[in-house]
Amino acid sequence: MIADTTAAPVLELAHISKRFGPIVANDDISIALGRGELLALLGENGAGKTTLMSILFGHYTPDEGTVRVDGVELPHGRPRAAIKAGVGMVHQHFSLAPNLTVLENVMTGTEPLWSPRSRTSAARRKLLSIAERFGLGVDPDARLGDLSVGEQQRVEILKALYNDARILILDEPTAVLTNIEAERLFTTLREMARQGLSLIFISHKLDEVMAAADRIVVLRGGRVAAERRAAETNKAELAELMVGHRVTRPTREPAKAGATVFQASRLTVSIGGVERLKEIDFFLREGETLGIIGVSGNGQAALSQLMGGLAAPTGGEMRLFGEPVSALDVHDLVEAGIGRIPEDRHRQGAIGEMTIWENAVLERIRQPLFSRRGIVNRSAGQAFAATIIEEFDVRGGTPTSRTRLLSGGNMQKLILGRNLYRRPKILIAAQPTRGLDEGAVAAVHARILDARRQGTAVLLISEDLDEVIGLADRIQAIVKGRLSAPIAAEDADPRRLGLMMSGDWTSSDRTPNDRISDGPPGEGHPHAS
Amino acid sequence: MSTFFDIVASAGLWAAVLRIATPLIFGTLGALLSERSGVLNLGIEGIMTFGAMAGWLAVFNGADLWTGMLVAALSGALFGLVHAAMTVTLGLSQHVTGLGITLFASSLSYYIFRLTVPLASTPPTVTPFQPISVPGLSDLPFVGPALFTQTLPTYLSIVIALLLAYVVYRTPLGLALRMSGENPHAAEAQGVDPVRVRYGAIMAGSALMAMGGAFLTLSAFNSFFPTMVQGRGWICIALVVFASWRPGRALFGALLFAFFDAFQLRLQTVLGNVPYQIFLMMPYILSIAALAVMARRARVPQALMQPYRRGER
Repeated sequence: MIADTTAAPVLELAHISKRFGPIVANDDISIALGRGELLALLGENGAGKTTLMSILFGHYTPDEGTVRVDGVELPHGRPRAAIKAGVGMVHQHFSLAPNLTVLENVMTGTEPLWSPRSRTSAARRKLLSIAERFGLGVDPDARLGDLSVGEQQRVEILKALYNDARILILDEPTAVLTNIEAERLFTTLREMARQGLSLIFISHKLDEVMAAADRIVVLRGGRVAAERRAAETNKAELAELMVGHRVTRPTREPAKAGATVFQASRLTVSIGGVERLKEIDFFLREGETLGIIGVSGNGQAALSQLMGGLAAPTGGEMRLFGEPVSALDVHDLVEAGIGRIPEDRHRQGAIGEMTIWENAVLERIRQPLFSRRGIVNRSAGQAFAATIIEEFDVRGGTPTSRTRLLSGGNMQKLILGRNLYRRPKILIAAQPTRGLDEGAVAAVHARILDARRQGTAVLLISEDLDEVIGLADRIQAIVKGRLSAPIAAEDADPRRLGLMMSGDWTSSDRTPNDRISDGPPGEGHPHAS
Repeated sequence: MSTFFDIVASAGLWAAVLRIATPLIFGTLGALLSERSGVLNLGIEGIMTFGAMAGWLAVFNGADLWTGMLVAALSGALFGLVHAAMTVTLGLSQHVTGLGITLFASSLSYYIFRLTVPLASTPPTVTPFQPISVPGLSDLPFVGPALFTQTLPTYLSIVIALLLAYVVYRTPLGLALRMSGENPHAAEAQGVDPVRVRYGAIMAGSALMAMGGAFLTLSAFNSFFPTMVQGRGWICIALVVFASWRPGRALFGALLFAFFDAFQLRLQTVLGNVPYQIFLMMPYILSIAALAVMARRARVPQALMQPYRRGER
């Protein structure tokens, strides 16, 4: 299929910028989509994909830039304008009613509200003819709730086509699909492109982007990082473009690695019957940081659950401070002085409705310092929280104010403070700076470097390559639940890291390409983008 | 056993069934309409009381009977507007708002009644709707006296039930209504404004509830007293679940309950040695049993009791 991109584009996003306070979500993004083209929009969570699509559909008004369909500019902030112009959207979370039939779901809003009769049979004919044309077979009279997820997605696509969409946007369409359903979806999408429809699909999966798209636009940090024709690029390059690389590395003292405090040997973790981690090997040493890089959804969530005491290994060995342990238990972790910064600070890190001091002492509430005979020592707790606020520069709250009122960065500083204040022997940091602004990122990084200098063994799990290069002493890549052999940070260059993340481990003795389950799509990472 | 048969075989029983069912049909359809759009309206008991009072008062002051029904419907729509403003626009708890409206409307009914009607040992009365005779049909043996000796509002309630069944399932408006109650976000995305649909459904539903109340003072009885709705509103709320939110089944459910009620009334006179309270319980016990069987398969509107806010998921 040769897309005709030389002709006038059917959809054109020109110089789109959007800021939310100090955060720049979209920075001068320009994308053109040709007729009959299948374009992939590739980017990590928070790269600005969703903001861009919300601007296209009029849910947000851009600060700068224009959206044109067939050369005609769409008015800003008018949700129906894009749909009227022939742009359809298939959301990641379906917008369907399970109790209604397929036909009813599709027909809603397509007729004048006060007409005395629904023209059901005409609508059924139109639906069936569209379904047949693109191979989207589905029973129009089936109750939607009885359909599989893949079939429901077909209904979403049919809904857009029924409204005469010529341009179709799919937001992470394979996130909820099985592999077979995903293959079938891409067959359909290619057929739609062949028949002259124009499509954009949003994804962070390298395999499907390489397999399906004509052209790939990589977003990173709200900007277009690169644009490639699928035929002229490869997974390693895309991985590197997607997670980015910084030219200069922040200065830091060389590590003074001490004793090994944690060791995992051929460790396997299954969650919900699916193997999420497969025979991984790694170790942590005092005063040293191990960085785990990788494209999201490759097992990072399982790794942080394992280390946070929320999942037990199903195979292999673990040694904590030299002693074999069968599983890490949350209570024991706290007692042993192992600090954890969970991936999702709002859901796992802090309880928004509770006060700062309560969050500060929550995991240690049973210790004599904070409670005696079942009675909480409030003044001790508040004093402890005040110390953390002071020492870790938590702004925007007092010990008795509610935690949800803190900004993301300050909440993260509170979580860091409650963990680092006790000089933990081990610190597990999962995506510690996700969603934070530059200033907060710098503060968190400084604290993590500080802890390492004082002898803490740090495990840093991050999808941000800059962060790993800036903080880690050794780096391993996680791909499809497997870990590569470590390389020293000094030997890391963007090309090599890109290869590692794409699963090309020629320098190592194992490769991730053995057949293992790569887990259900969307594993572990919240689709908060 | 023959006693049972005699009761069922009497035309008077079936006439009573239709009469008793009428306010339930109005109320159930009203609650159903509201719930189909996604909003529970527990104001029903109070709105029925207020409708009974408002309709009666209008007729007492010289309006004709249909104007009385209209006044009741408008007063119901007004309470519906209050309920919609609280639950749709402000997104407040539908339970608390509805119960609040019931308490408020019930008390207000009595207050207005007391303000405008002098206290008397026998309550003042109006001339209610009279049974109409349908030429040809009313003269049929058994069927005539059983089914065709009702007042016009009774036939109206059945017509509204059939009309509502058509609107809900066969028109774009009905689809918009159902989509708003199942997934308002999807409705919005497809160009249906769920806020307007919900306002419309709550107000129209409340008008029907009030008409059900007005039937009590303008057809079944001829005077108003504050406790006359007697929990019929709550029965309607249960009947909606029994009907699985379908208008046709709501009609059936209301008739079934009315049958139990009419049956026990007659049984009371026949079996004089059993305490009458036992008979009074019967329709409720049978309703609970029927509900337990039917409601298990009910398809609840997915967005029922979920406030809709634009842009939130």
